Amino acid sequence: MKIIVGLKQVPARDSQLRTDAAGRSIEEADLAFEINEPDAYALEAALQLREEHGGEVVVLTVGPARAAQSIREALAKGADRAIHIEEENLGRWDTLGIAGLMARAIESEKPDLILTGLQSDDLGYGQTGVVMAELLGLPHATIIMRVEKLDGAIRVKRELEEGWFEHVEIPLPALLTIQSGITKLRYATLMGIKKAKTKEIRRLTAAELGVAPALVIEISRVYVPQKTKQTEILGGSVRQAAALLVERLRFGARVL
Amino acid sequence: MSVLVVLEQRQGVWSRMSFETLAAAIEIGRELGQQVSAAVAGGQVAALAAEAAAYKIEKVYAVEHPLLAVYTADAYTAAFEQLIRRMNPELVLLPHTYRVRDFAPKLATRFGRVLASDAIGHRVEGGGLVLVRQLFQGKLNADVRFAAAAPNFASIQAGAYRADSLERGAAGVETVTPDLAAGAIRTRPGEPFREAQRGVDLSAANIIVSVGRGIKEKDNIPVVERLAQALGGELAASRPICDNGWLPMERQVGSSGQTVAPKLYVAVGISGAIQHLVGMKGSKVIVAINKDANAPIFEIADYGIVGDLFEVVPALVEEIQKAKG
Repeated sequence: MKIIVGLKQVPARDSQLRTDAAGRSIEEADLAFEINEPDAYALEAALQLREEHGGEVVVLTVGPARAAQSIREALAKGADRAIHIEEENLGRWDTLGIAGLMARAIESEKPDLILTGLQSDDLGYGQTGVVMAELLGLPHATIIMRVEKLDGAIRVKRELEEGWFEHVEIPLPALLTIQSGITKLRYATLMGIKKAKTKEIRRLTAAELGVAPALVIEISRVYVPQKTKQTEILGGSVRQAAALLVERLRFGARVL
Repeated sequence: MSVLVVLEQRQGVWSRMSFETLAAAIEIGRELGQQVSAAVAGGQVAALAAEAAAYKIEKVYAVEHPLLAVYTADAYTAAFEQLIRRMNPELVLLPHTYRVRDFAPKLATRFGRVLASDAIGHRVEGGGLVLVRQLFQGKLNADVRFAAAAPNFASIQAGAYRADSLERGAAGVETVTPDLAAGAIRTRPGEPFREAQRGVDLSAANIIVSVGRGIKEKDNIPVVERLAQALGGELAASRPICDNGWLPMERQVGSSGQTVAPKLYVAVGISGAIQHLVGMKGSKVIVAINKDANAPIFEIADYGIVGDLFEVVPALVEEIQKAKG
């Protein structure tokens, strides 16, 4: 099976975020970046499918030069090669544009399966995968917990709300968005890291793909949300804070 | 021009988010000076359409077809695409359910648009609609505007609007039969199922102590368990804890787990991703203990302690035991 994994690099989970001077994005200068967590699970699902059924895993990323670090990590974990659509200014693109770039870049690849995480931890639109499927004319399913290969098709376990699930049968080629936490993520081995250095990373630009940036939806302002609730932060030493909390719960809120 | 709100039903039962989205649509419609219509799709939805028509909106479209009885992205996208092309609404508003996440991006793409997904609020500025979305798991907000002509698409987060003050009315119902072909539906879904019987009904608990990623490893769970015991409450968890198998799935609170509203909810080492918040924000008193002062959980907490849970929680257990004598 030839599997393409759409992977995004995002600010590390515990980052302290500040908005940039224009107030339309965040200050990136002193941030650490990592593979978007749901995408890491998509990569893991792809590697497991390859181990079981053979084939090839190709990583596909749109992002600035810094994203190369996440690509190398994916290659070190076992992906066979990568396509990096280099774009320094992601703010010029919306989901439709990004999905359009990705779709164009893999048109000639003819994959059996495309996997992405179900959403990005930064913008969180949760739709790049589905939009890509529509642009490529492929069937899709979202929030996938397990993938089983059949003859010319797959059977997936899809999460519904409130603890419900369903199985769905989908003909190949298809696109799936993968849920976080469905399995254990592997670490890159020393051997994997060494091997990654010789693996192919194909670099493309939007211009080479013949796609011009356009925005049908735009972010006009990014800001720290205003509190809707009065939160009392209990300070002092740990001991004082704990004692104060118990007092508040007993005599203020009367829940103890 | 008008606002079209897509209501969601499963096996004849409304998704509770449908009417929150209707409330959002009515507010937006009033502020933009546009009429609001609703659509509900399924195999047979006449009864549900009649229920929806009892609210103060213009019209309800009952989108009926045997191929809509079971949800598939292909059939739902085609059915709503046809309705939207006919109606040409300014804005299509949907509840941000798992189903909407599955088909609405595809539907918007058919029109060359991007779904403004998971919006938590709106305002009208200079005659134009501004939607508010959360970024970085709720750490930041963004104002989002549509840059293209109608139709535009947005989905509304659970709990963002209140459905309890919807005005009654008498809307007309029109039954619409979309043109669908079985051969064009590529996915084959099976019957929905649940993994296991739920042994723990968290929704009945008065006090819940919930643990998140901050606990770092399974061996540390007893630290928080002791707090639950001291308070006489149930132990619960955010999704990553249950995914790791550190606590059983039946103790998960959030959109994929249980929805709870106890008298006291203590969130320990939980940053407060929206998937968790929707499951507990109705709690009467919320306490958050987290080392990150900027964690979104503090946005909805009544009381907060910023600090290392491994120091704070044992101290808290001692103080509770002292107070209870």
